Amino acid sequence: MSSESDSKMITVDATEAVAMVAHKTNEVIAIYPITPSTPMGEFSDQWSAQKKPNIWGTVPLVMELQSEGGASGTVHGSLQTGALTTTFTCSQGLLLMIPNMYKIAGELTSTVFHVSARSLAAQGLSIYGDHQDVMAVRQTGWAMLCSNSVQEAHDFALISQAATLESRVPFVHFFDGFRTSHEVNKILPLSDEQIRRFVPADLVAAHRRRGFSPEHPFIRGTAQNPDTYFQGRERANPFYLAIPGIVQKWMDTFASLTGRQYKLYEYFGAADADRVVIVMGSAVETAQETAKALNARGERVGVLAVRMFRPFDASLFAQAIPQSVKRVAVLDRTKEPGSAGEPLYQDVLTAISELGRSFELVTGGRYGLSSKEFTPAMAKAVFDDLKAPSPKRHFTVGIVDDLTHLSLDYDPSFNVEDEKTVRCLFFGVGSDGTVGANKNSIKIIGEETDNHAQGYFFYDSKKSGGLTVSHLRFGPNPIHAPYLIEHGQFIACHADSFLEKVEMLKYAAPGAVFLLNTIWDKEQIWDKLPREVQELILKKKIRFYVVDAYKVAKETGMGSRINTVMQTCFFAISGVLPSDEAIAQIKKAIKKTYGKRGEAVVQQNYLAVDKSVENLFQVSYPDRVTANHSRPLPVPTSAPEFVQNVIGPMIAFRGDDLPVSAVPADGTFPSGTTMYEKRNFALEIPDWDPSICIQCNKCAFVCPHAVIRPKLAAPESLQGAPEGFKHVPAKFFKEYPGTDYVLQVSPEDCTGCGICIEACPARDKTNSSRRAINLVPVQTILEREKTNWDFFLGLPEVDRTTVNPNNVKNTQLLQPLFEFSGACAGCGETPYVKLLTQMFGDRAHIANATGCSSIYGGNLPTTPYTKNAQGRGPVWSNSLFEDNAEFGLGFRLALDQKEGYAKELLRKFSDVLGDELVTAILGADQKTEKGLAEQRLRVELVKSKLSEDKSPAARDLVELAETLVKRSVWILGGDGWAYDIGYGGLDHVLSTGRNVNVLVLDTEVYSNTGGQASKSTPIGAVAKFAATGKGFPKKDLGLIAQAYGYVYVARIAMGANDAQTVRAFQEAEAYDGPSLIIAYSHCIAHGFALHKGLEQQKLAVQSGHWPLYRYNPELVVAGNNGFQLDSKEPSIELEKYVYNETRYKMLLAQDKPRAEMLLGQAKAGIASRWTQLQYLAAQNKEAN
Amino acid sequence: MADLSTSYLGLPLSSPLVASASPISKKVDNVRKLEDAGIGAVVVYSLFEEQILHEAQERDHFLTRASNMHPEALDYFPDLGNYNLEPDQYLSHLAAIRKAVKVPVIGSLNGTTRGGWTEWARRIEETGVDALELNVYSIPVNTSATGAGVEAQVVDLVSDVASKVGIPLAVKLSPFYSSIPNMVRRLGDSGAKAVVLFNRFLQPDLDPENLAVLSAARLSDSGDLALPLRWTAILFGKVVPEIALSGGVHTGRDLLKSLLAGAQVGQMASEILSGGTHRVGEVLRELGAWMDENEYLSVDQLRGSMSQRKVVDSAAFERAQYMRALVSLDDRFI
Repeated sequence: MSSESDSKMITVDATEAVAMVAHKTNEVIAIYPITPSTPMGEFSDQWSAQKKPNIWGTVPLVMELQSEGGASGTVHGSLQTGALTTTFTCSQGLLLMIPNMYKIAGELTSTVFHVSARSLAAQGLSIYGDHQDVMAVRQTGWAMLCSNSVQEAHDFALISQAATLESRVPFVHFFDGFRTSHEVNKILPLSDEQIRRFVPADLVAAHRRRGFSPEHPFIRGTAQNPDTYFQGRERANPFYLAIPGIVQKWMDTFASLTGRQYKLYEYFGAADADRVVIVMGSAVETAQETAKALNARGERVGVLAVRMFRPFDASLFAQAIPQSVKRVAVLDRTKEPGSAGEPLYQDVLTAISELGRSFELVTGGRYGLSSKEFTPAMAKAVFDDLKAPSPKRHFTVGIVDDLTHLSLDYDPSFNVEDEKTVRCLFFGVGSDGTVGANKNSIKIIGEETDNHAQGYFFYDSKKSGGLTVSHLRFGPNPIHAPYLIEHGQFIACHADSFLEKVEMLKYAAPGAVFLLNTIWDKEQIWDKLPREVQELILKKKIRFYVVDAYKVAKETGMGSRINTVMQTCFFAISGVLPSDEAIAQIKKAIKKTYGKRGEAVVQQNYLAVDKSVENLFQVSYPDRVTANHSRPLPVPTSAPEFVQNVIGPMIAFRGDDLPVSAVPADGTFPSGTTMYEKRNFALEIPDWDPSICIQCNKCAFVCPHAVIRPKLAAPESLQGAPEGFKHVPAKFFKEYPGTDYVLQVSPEDCTGCGICIEACPARDKTNSSRRAINLVPVQTILEREKTNWDFFLGLPEVDRTTVNPNNVKNTQLLQPLFEFSGACAGCGETPYVKLLTQMFGDRAHIANATGCSSIYGGNLPTTPYTKNAQGRGPVWSNSLFEDNAEFGLGFRLALDQKEGYAKELLRKFSDVLGDELVTAILGADQKTEKGLAEQRLRVELVKSKLSEDKSPAARDLVELAETLVKRSVWILGGDGWAYDIGYGGLDHVLSTGRNVNVLVLDTEVYSNTGGQASKSTPIGAVAKFAATGKGFPKKDLGLIAQAYGYVYVARIAMGANDAQTVRAFQEAEAYDGPSLIIAYSHCIAHGFALHKGLEQQKLAVQSGHWPLYRYNPELVVAGNNGFQLDSKEPSIELEKYVYNETRYKMLLAQDKPRAEMLLGQAKAGIASRWTQLQYLAAQNKEAN
Repeated sequence: MADLSTSYLGLPLSSPLVASASPISKKVDNVRKLEDAGIGAVVVYSLFEEQILHEAQERDHFLTRASNMHPEALDYFPDLGNYNLEPDQYLSHLAAIRKAVKVPVIGSLNGTTRGGWTEWARRIEETGVDALELNVYSIPVNTSATGAGVEAQVVDLVSDVASKVGIPLAVKLSPFYSSIPNMVRRLGDSGAKAVVLFNRFLQPDLDPENLAVLSAARLSDSGDLALPLRWTAILFGKVVPEIALSGGVHTGRDLLKSLLAGAQVGQMASEILSGGTHRVGEVLRELGAWMDENEYLSVDQLRGSMSQRKVVDSAAFERAQYMRALVSLDDRFI
């Protein structure tokens, strides 16, 4: 049914559209992962791995570097050696490239960096889109070309390539992160023939000739002096002056070839406009559509799209604005605090001033930071404000600024959507395949019908059980709507629990279709709906359908993936295609998507398709609300005010409505807010059987989400316990006679990962499959356990000073101060983090590198680091990805300095404080909890004794005295940080000898950005950027650090040896110098069932892949061998470990000879390393 | 030296010793060595449909289950394009073996679905192998499944496969049928040219310390020969299909006994796995030496000469061992 005219069209997102051109037009591509530019590197790497050639018929060389700084250096070197070279990046990555960008521009070197523009880390990090990053490089001397849509991104990737080759000035080609980079749209791809026209052989040859060759040597990169440097900078002026002409020439050539004409500064709207909005990026389309609608109503407005931001051609720019224009508003998608105005605004003012063009008024405003929506309603507000007698200067739009009152009001009901465009919204759970199915649907509609199609996908910040919202538009006309759907004709809810949390039907247009996946049938469902949902269904006269997709998926062997079922129902109801054709197309897409994974998968999906429609039912509902319950509040009314007023709306996806004043000014948020966000998404949770339990606490130890808690309770504290609250005499805790042992699960926070079950060593004597803790369907015990959990929280914690945390069991008597994080169910990292907070959390400073641990540790709305009943808890912060070790060292230096000063003051006040107290404080033994508690009392005494002394020195001591209680500095991060981007800093910090503890959560891959290879990735494992299996062995970070001799090093794996894990944490903290713990962390990116994570850790150790050891410099000082090997000689074949994991198995399936070769090398590596470790362990004190 | 050549499934064989399905055939080089050592034919290791289904589903699960869950990680693995899926690897391996050696090559298939049996049988035939052994492995655990029903399923599928492929079929059976002679006769009627007696299953074991079930393959020894030997002797001459004796053939003497009982060929795997491919030559030389010593000219001459029909004490094969022991005891005291 495709027409001939669009038969070549493809449906892709901008990362793919850009990478298609970049890969075709380059020879060397240096990459590093950073959201949302990562997929461009991944596509390039994948295509090169598949031997896909560029237009010269050779396969581009793609290499991952250790950082963006490294990538830009490599790009620079490759360019200087005459290869066509590129990279992809954004945000902090682009900032790391700035030094090289100056060099590359200064040397007039042709290249294009493709940037999916993203926010910068300021008061908080954001992965979403705005122009802060590209605005931070506008001064580097690079030309900057902005594309506004997926098609433009594809086209400008090529135009910028041609322009850089001709002008010799390097180009930043940028487009909006996520909004454009991740929007799926129907585009017309460029053919190789067309692409070839834009990389003329003579320009390429000239580029190559400018590269270094000893055959015609020259020097570039000199050091220059005051005599000529200035002239040298000015010498490049003609090249910049030529750029506008060159770019427009290539745009014109492009138009002649493709019919798509672009202008550097392009005006849309009324020829006689009196008001104009000037804007860059995806907002151009929104402003254009808005202007069109307003002009249709008789207004006279226009939009000027700035495509070329650098060099800023004032003359061309000014010419593009109609003479009729009186008032101008310039929109910047960036924030430059303290400036006279944002960059585009300032450039506009400069341009019109220099050209003597006068307007009645020019204003500037900000919009869309961090992908904040910019809708037609907001665009209209800007046009409207220009009509006002005194339009706002430096306004904002899209937020409510109740503090400085800069924001424009807007009418959200204003709508310019094309009536012929169908708009659909799908609310799914992260793991149910909804987004994947919708991406398939877009392809079906876009490529198999005459329709245009657009898809955009929202994800919440949780790694497990999170919400996804798919926004799909399709229709006969091209879709220029880069904003979320607010008036959907089709709303699908793929998990009925979301009805209790998300106001999804507010996005439904009157008469819309609502499809709900639910276990309730068409007769029962109405009474299960919250009042608010019933009201909207009635008010909007919604056509309501239900399907039990879980049942269909289960019956057809699809497990919990309901995507195919829901996709089929969507096509069945929406009528976008005739039913038979829709089924045929879905099956075709299934074959295409899953065919390469085996016929069995295809058949299974086919079956699900066939069974879907027969389980789809329309619901008849009464004409009035009958609900007996309302949607629950997002947080309990007992929560602190800030949590209720700020965090609560964020949890309920109403954070956009929060005014400026509600948000902390400096990014400071309260600790311990995950406890208020009851996510309730586990289908099964653990149930404790005290009659089998041996009170070993291993289940609590391994729980990634701190939802299993033991306590020892005095009998009197158990008075009034709810019925069914379980407790038994603590017979395995002899040191706490007369107490009862309680093991309680938090039923609403559990993710149901099942690791605890695997950890439980106790078995029912009459049924070997039953343990002391067993998974049961959540509904069977939810209400009972909610009550029990509340009671449990009221029981006092075990007094820390009575706990000797030298074994696994005892550590779990300490309260975890890291709980209910948004990490993946079954995460292998979080149990270590939790243990850290149990052992040292009430005095810990944690510096956390960007990555998974900073996302589950610090991504809003709620964060897991919490505090104890005394109000103490870990302080946590994330600086950057690359500087975490140095950031943590900064903590240490500040603490050392403050402590040193406090000690000086102590001595100074010894008369007042008394020698005994001063001596006690200065000589305090703080190795035990008892010692720490005593020191805290002494510090309080100091404060109290000095409370009346108003002298500055006394005030200082009162202020600083708390640092006399020993603090524990922890530097946390993943292997991407420790082995790669942060390695230089880590190495330096370890070398300083300062007392910091480094915990590397080693998943052997960049987990957070989706599984790219790091230097920790083992040989033979497939990862992104190592698609053919990593060809080199993992770096041995532990032995490298150990070489210093004064660094404590431990390599641990709690699944293999939990006691060694506890010892390592104790020793690392006890050692008064730098410590490094490298913790094996199983990960979803390994591709196996995570509830088997502990077993897999065991196999990693038994196979010799992950030997356990500790190196303690204190032992060396005492004259002993510091190196202790904690695991036994490899006892199982490596295959038994690696071939449980997809990362290894997929290579076996793809390239067996290579897999076998790399396995052989891995085995040889294990053998030789074991010999080395044995040697180290065997050294006597003389050898040391 | 005696003539060791014979035929099996209508295929000419240089010797009556066949390598049974085992990991030995996972390497083409091993098959060449077997040929050099004098093997009569090679049954390649089995293609397990259940495993194919499982692996495909597992791969799909782990490649996609975490995709599109988080804005920073839309998936966790690179798209490697087409995988060399297990069946494709198996089929190309069969073709490679067929090309590498001259001895007859027999594919082996264990299916789980009716469609799977016929589809894979057809595709195995397309690789050019000379015959196909159907490995009808199943442990009926359903209490409502009757013996007759289980048998009927096997017979039906053999009939089905036989109608879809042109190469000769052998059926490898378990010894757990109420009436093995009836079963073998029906299989012959359904198109099987040979039956392989018997299949040996993985046997579970228990680990009391860890309360775990262990599952490991145990290699056979000569003591295992007794069971197939009895049934070979009983069936020889009574049923149409040829009999390949499998399980317990470790020495030339074991092979000799198999042939005396009536086996068309003896199948050997454990001995090769533990002793190496050169054991084939040693076993054949031992057989040849015995035949020479006892002036047998060919294996066809000695085949079945001690089958039930051709021994003096033909009832011996029908006696249960317990009875025989009692009789022996009585004999001593009488």
